[in-house]
Amino acid sequence: MIEFTAPEYLSALPEIFLAAISLVLLMVGVFLGNRSTNMLTWLSVVAMGVAFIMVLAGSHDQSTTFFGMFVSDSFSIFMKCLVLIGAAVTLIMGMGFVKRENMNRFEFPVLILFATLGMLLMISANDLIALYVGLELQSLSLYIVAAFRRDSLRSSEAGLKYFVLGALSSGMLLYGSSMVYGFTGFTGFHEIASAIHNGGGNAHSTTTIGILIGLVFIVAALAFKVSAVPFHMWAPDVYEGAPTPVTAFFAAAPKVAAMALFLRVLLGPFHEMLAQWDQIIVFISIASMVLGAFAAIGQKNIKRLIAYSSIGHIGYAMVGLAAGTPEGIRGVLIYLAIYMVMSLGTFACILAMRRRGQMVEKIDDLAGLSKTNPAIALALAIFMFSMAGIPPLAGFFGKLYVFLAAIEEGMYALAIIGVLTSAVGAYYYIRIVKVMYFDKPVDSFDKPIGAELSTVLLGTGVITLFFFVYPTPVLEGAQAAAALFFP
Amino acid sequence: MTDWPILSTVTFLPLLGAAFILLIRGDEAIIARNSRHVALWTTVITFGLSLLLIANFDTTTSDFQFEENAAWLPEFGIGYHLGVDGISIFFLLLTTLLVPICIISCWEAVKTRVREYMIAFLVLETLMIGVFSSLDLLMFYIFFEGQLIPMFLIIGIWGGARRVYSAYKFFLYTLVGSVLFLLAILFMYFQAGTTDIPALMNEVWAPAVQTWLWLALFASFAVKLPMWPFHTWLPDAHVEAPTAGSVILAGILLKMGGYGFLRFSLPMFPDASEFFMPFVFSLSVVAVIYTSLVALMQKDMKKLIAYSSVAHMGIVTIGLFTFNGQGIEGGIFQMLSHGVVSAALFLIVGVIYDRMHSREISDYGGLVHRMPVYAFVFMVIMLASIGLPATSGFVGEFLIFVGAFQVNTWVAMLGLTGVILGAAYMLWLYRRVIFGDLTKEKLKTITDLNMREIGFFAPLVILALFMGIYPKPFLDVLHVSVENLVQQTQAARVGGGEVVADLFPEAIAKALR
Repeated sequence: MIEFTAPEYLSALPEIFLAAISLVLLMVGVFLGNRSTNMLTWLSVVAMGVAFIMVLAGSHDQSTTFFGMFVSDSFSIFMKCLVLIGAAVTLIMGMGFVKRENMNRFEFPVLILFATLGMLLMISANDLIALYVGLELQSLSLYIVAAFRRDSLRSSEAGLKYFVLGALSSGMLLYGSSMVYGFTGFTGFHEIASAIHNGGGNAHSTTTIGILIGLVFIVAALAFKVSAVPFHMWAPDVYEGAPTPVTAFFAAAPKVAAMALFLRVLLGPFHEMLAQWDQIIVFISIASMVLGAFAAIGQKNIKRLIAYSSIGHIGYAMVGLAAGTPEGIRGVLIYLAIYMVMSLGTFACILAMRRRGQMVEKIDDLAGLSKTNPAIALALAIFMFSMAGIPPLAGFFGKLYVFLAAIEEGMYALAIIGVLTSAVGAYYYIRIVKVMYFDKPVDSFDKPIGAELSTVLLGTGVITLFFFVYPTPVLEGAQAAAALFFP
Repeated sequence: MTDWPILSTVTFLPLLGAAFILLIRGDEAIIARNSRHVALWTTVITFGLSLLLIANFDTTTSDFQFEENAAWLPEFGIGYHLGVDGISIFFLLLTTLLVPICIISCWEAVKTRVREYMIAFLVLETLMIGVFSSLDLLMFYIFFEGQLIPMFLIIGIWGGARRVYSAYKFFLYTLVGSVLFLLAILFMYFQAGTTDIPALMNEVWAPAVQTWLWLALFASFAVKLPMWPFHTWLPDAHVEAPTAGSVILAGILLKMGGYGFLRFSLPMFPDASEFFMPFVFSLSVVAVIYTSLVALMQKDMKKLIAYSSVAHMGIVTIGLFTFNGQGIEGGIFQMLSHGVVSAALFLIVGVIYDRMHSREISDYGGLVHRMPVYAFVFMVIMLASIGLPATSGFVGEFLIFVGAFQVNTWVAMLGLTGVILGAAYMLWLYRRVIFGDLTKEKLKTITDLNMREIGFFAPLVILALFMGIYPKPFLDVLHVSVENLVQQTQAARVGGGEVVADLFPEAIAKALR
């Protein structure tokens, strides 16, 4: 008798569910055509909700499946929750836009669903090949949605630019992965880790140097995905050119997922090489913070400004990674969670910037918003002050935890540069507040902004404003997730 | 009485009022009227409650009183901890007193966006009270830094012509100073494992650590106080802020710098404080003399008072860094007195600004003929600002210089020059505005103070005189806490300024001393 045991697929249940449902939705879309977009969007949101529940209900213990290529643990649960929330909220936010702006095609929600699936796979990747497959599923979907308004020149340009540069970074990732495989003989994260461990001690051996070169390529590719300096140049153009709901999606979900991958790769297989990759991370972090702070000052388009600001925010998150301690990783996770909420809220405001049926996106268009649309102005002001890191708003706590980790590790220079750039960055955040509150009003934006946007604005605004009252769930989740890498 | 968290109530009551104002519905006039009333009542009740604090205050102990403890971020050992001692209670009372006065003073002057204005003030009040009542370093920082938001909006929305520039300058200056303070807090937390202020006071820090922490704290408090040469945001902010904004700025926000020195720099880093004493003295003396001279030449009344604030704060820092009971008590008393006096001065300018819409000194003259009551109020406050005996200013300055003479004769002497200059610019201002013939056509119809204005000047005038004539009740409350502070400063010493000086290359150490 041959013993046959079915592999334990349960830990990948949310992904399997999402994969199946997105194929079903695709079929429905094909048969019903574009009039089904609205329904498909809601169904996608529901599917994400179900997947969210599955993720939360799943076991918090570490479990691997698909021959060790897929791992589920407290870290993946935390990150998947963030990604699913981000994706679902952007889908809901974008519904009005999709209807109005000639994007009403059924592929849109399905592509977002595929991208989300890709992100979940990335987060759970436990093998270089699984990593690549997840990343590419995500990226390919994103290239398409970036260019989704194909008759708009800017959208097509954004999609193409993203595709070309994204392909380059994927190439680098593959190259780096093949180097690592070549020098260790493995693609699985655990095996790579033990290979490095066994070969360790001698920093100058050929093997170590080979792995290191591979690692540098991988880091570069991942830095591209999170748009960290010096691989950030696509972000402003793509953010500006892509349709606004897509930009919102970019700023929320893929950033979180790519950052998760960053943590997973650097702290998983390459944890022992911390001393080597740490220098790269410190540089990336400082460069991103500085560029994010200074380059945003001159921007006139709000989406572009947010793009630079997101570069800066990734820099701050990296401070925690640079510290390389459980506190640091916890800081990164808290930072990402808070950043995602602020970013979703900001984009909800940007989506509400519509005048006589036309979207506007210049910062000057916000002039006097506090008089014409006080609620949106208040919400955006909260997000801006929060991004600037002014207490008691949520953004302050994000910065607090990463800088705390940096201080504990004695990285004073990094922390000082960080807080100073945050003061520089405050300049452009309060400029938006100034335009809204101090300047003479121009015409009001179209009212009402729609129930979906109002709900998102209210939710994210309340979380940002009152995070300090009860931060425990996020803290505990992040704590548990970060502890994983430091057994 | 014992179980009721009175300090939390006082701190967060204004926030409740703000939430209430947010809920008011109706047309603009109704909203404006109701917002004013709600704001006034909330702040008056807050003031009433804060009087309960002083009524039940035990002057025999230096311990923190009305303490409240609750878990907030238990994973980090960061708690919700409130309490007041003899030092902070007066600042708290000053806050709760000045805010209702501000609300009354802008009853008619603020006509646009009244609801937002009142909300901003109430939120600001909560944050200010929070600064003085919190006993957790992180909470302190949150309250301290959070004020930037409402103050930025108050200056920027309701301010004068160059309000945007001033609001930015205020915001960014203060922010840069305080982010370094934040790093210092993180470091202290990391070293001590707690951010509880009483616990941190028992911590002994190595000299090298003290120096850096002291400097980081200094960056924040020196900007806030402000000390020369970090003061340039203040004249701009004062000139452009609406009257009530200036009152709060001069009356309370500036005091937070001094309070910070008292609460953190002196007791926690005594060696570094001692080492930097000459440095602080130098800056203070320069501030006193230089800004007094600058004030002398101002054409704008608000600017003149703003510079005089910098000068007065210079005298305060001299007092605080004498390390003896008289000097520190004098410094605190002077801050309180300045809180009352400078608030009144800005209100005095506000009164005639509301009538004539000019702050130029040259636009006025001979006001005594039309406004006798106003002239009287102005005179009392002006004399208090100069520090004439029997006014509040005298007691503070006297104690400070008694303290300073024990430490350094030169500092005391040069500081006193500033006091003389202070008399010069204030008297000159008074002469130009109040005395002389009433020649200007426009001023012929100007009216004297109305009942509302008399109403808000009365408590300030009475207080300025009372504090000068009978300062004992104030000093009694201060005394035990200041004694304790001085002792703490002695106890936490590692080896005095010499130890710190050893850390620096000789040349720098000499230059600093």
